[in-house]
Amino acid sequence: MPDLSTVVLADLVPLELIVFIFFTLCTLLGGAGVVFSRTLFHSALSLILSLFGVAGYYALLSAGFLAVVQLMVYVGAIAILILFAIMFSRSNNQPEKGQANHQWWISLPVTAVLFLILMFVIGSVEWPVSDVAPPDDMVEQLGMAFLGSYLIPFQVIGVLLSVALIGGVILARDRVDTEEM
Amino acid sequence: MTIDLYWWLFVSALLFSLGVYGAISRRNAIGILMSVELILNAVNINFVAFWRYTAPGDVAGQMFALTVIAIAAAEAAVGMAIVIAVYRRTRTVAVEELDILKN
Repeated sequence: MPDLSTVVLADLVPLELIVFIFFTLCTLLGGAGVVFSRTLFHSALSLILSLFGVAGYYALLSAGFLAVVQLMVYVGAIAILILFAIMFSRSNNQPEKGQANHQWWISLPVTAVLFLILMFVIGSVEWPVSDVAPPDDMVEQLGMAFLGSYLIPFQVIGVLLSVALIGGVILARDRVDTEEM
Repeated sequence: MTIDLYWWLFVSALLFSLGVYGAISRRNAIGILMSVELILNAVNINFVAFWRYTAPGDVAGQMFALTVIAIAAAEAAVGMAIVIAVYRRTRTVAVEELDILKN
C-alpha cells in the first residue's frame, strides 16, 4: 500500500489545489454549521465534517500519522462523546429559542475585528519557509522522540488521561445513594 | 509547494474566529464545548502547517499537535461529564440559567 502523504503531495499541481479547496470547504462549512446551526444535533454533525476536513489537511501537509490520529481521536471518539452528551441532556428541546444568547450581536463584530487583526499580523510577517522535504520515517522518529527527549510530556499526558478518565466516570456517575440538592 | 503558507494561516484564523464567536455566543454548554474544539483544531492546523513549511526535519511541530489532541480528548471527556452532571441536577444546560454559584 503506498504512503498516503507521498501520494497526496505528488507533483500534480492542480490536484493538490483541488484537494486543498475541497478540505477547506469541509472545514469551514462544518465550522460555520457548528456555530450557526439552530439544532444542536446538526451542530455536532457539522463538527464531524469540520474535523474530517482538518484530518484531510494533515494528510495534505504530509503528516499522515496525525491524520489517522485525528480521525481516530476526534471523529471516532470525541464526536461520539458529544453526540451522546447531546442525547443524554435533551438540550435541543427548545429550538424555537435559538442557540445564540443575547450578546451575539456584540460578539459578531468583536470576532470580526479579531479575525482582521489576525490576518493583519499574518500578512505583515515574512515567514522563513524552507523547501526541505519531511523525512520518510516520520512515524519512527515520532516514536523515538516520545520515548526519548519528550518522555516526560508523554508520561504526563498518560497521567492526565487517567485522571480525566476517573474524573469523568465520577462526575457523570448516577448518584442514587447521596441526597439530591 | 503550490499552496502558500498564508492560505493555511488564513483558513486557520477563520476557523479560530468561528470558534471564538461560537464560544461566546452559544447558549448551550455543549455548543460552547464544540466551539472550543474548533479553536483547538485551528491551533493544530497552525502547528502542522508551520512544521511542514518552516521546520519539516524536526518532530517538534507534530509532537505539539499530538499533545493538543490528547489534552483535547481529556478536556472533552471531563467537560461532557460536567455537562451531564449539571443537567442531572438542574435539568438545563443553558449557561445563562446556570447561576447556582451566585449566592
